[in-house]
Amino acid sequence: MIQLIAFYLFAALVVASGVAVITARNPVHSVLWLILAFFNAAGLMILIGAEFIAALLVIVYVGAVAVLFLFVVMMLDIDFATLRAGFVKNFPLGLAIAAILLAELVLGLGATGSGHLVLGTADGNAAPLAGAPNIEAIGAVLYGRYLFLFEASGVILLVAMIGAIVLTHRERGGVKSQNISKQVARRPEDATINTQPGIGQGVEI
Amino acid sequence: MIGIEHYIVVSSILFVLGVLGIFLNRKNIIIILMAIELILLSVNINLVAFSAFLHDLTGQIFAMFVLTVAAGEAAVGLAILVIYFRSRGTIAVDDVNRMKG
Repeated sequence: MIQLIAFYLFAALVVASGVAVITARNPVHSVLWLILAFFNAAGLMILIGAEFIAALLVIVYVGAVAVLFLFVVMMLDIDFATLRAGFVKNFPLGLAIAAILLAELVLGLGATGSGHLVLGTADGNAAPLAGAPNIEAIGAVLYGRYLFLFEASGVILLVAMIGAIVLTHRERGGVKSQNISKQVARRPEDATINTQPGIGQGVEI
Repeated sequence: MIGIEHYIVVSSILFVLGVLGIFLNRKNIIIILMAIELILLSVNINLVAFSAFLHDLTGQIFAMFVLTVAAGEAAVGLAILVIYFRSRGTIAVDDVNRMKG
């Protein structure tokens, strides 16, 4: 019973905050609603025993992605009022497409529920270990069967990090900074001169 | 008792909300990126629900990879947004044609 109440609470909140994300006037509020949606989705996942993904969702999305969004929204000086100009005009088209999409999804669900379509069954190769907690079972599968995919996702993160740095990095003129290669390549004969000026004559530098 | 249908319904609604968000905020790319995050969240809920109800951990592993790609996508997308704003002074994206694509 408590599970049912919790499910409907989390589900209602995640849908409501999803609506608020796409309709909020202020993007900062959108980000905050997005954080609420992620928390409630994490609650939904905990209800069916996927604690690790739920914790990851909170850590990665709320801790990193949402903060990144907040930074960008607050850092850029954007006039958000003009960006909402087409909101009402696009509403009927968006609603129509959303209704069609939802009808298709419900139709698919109904077709599966009628029993004529047979879903595949798990092959049992990645079944959770008996008696092990969720995180231990995930670790056993992730570092076993999916080791190379795991490393590939690490490479994806590295590429994304380097890409973001290269894109946003800019050379600023007029800043005094150390140029190490120039410093190391400097030789005494380039930097100093030895002259023997005659008496009464100046030295030309 | 909660069945897999409940979770599929929630994730379908969330997916549709994400698509609707892209249509409603066609100019504001920040909201578009957030709508994409909503779509990916609904996909993650779906994957985790199937994984839990079929007693197979592959769905949860795959949800982690989706999470990875979503984080990378948000980082690169926001970086592109920042440099676009720096050069143009606006983020209205409904008529972007810098690369004449």
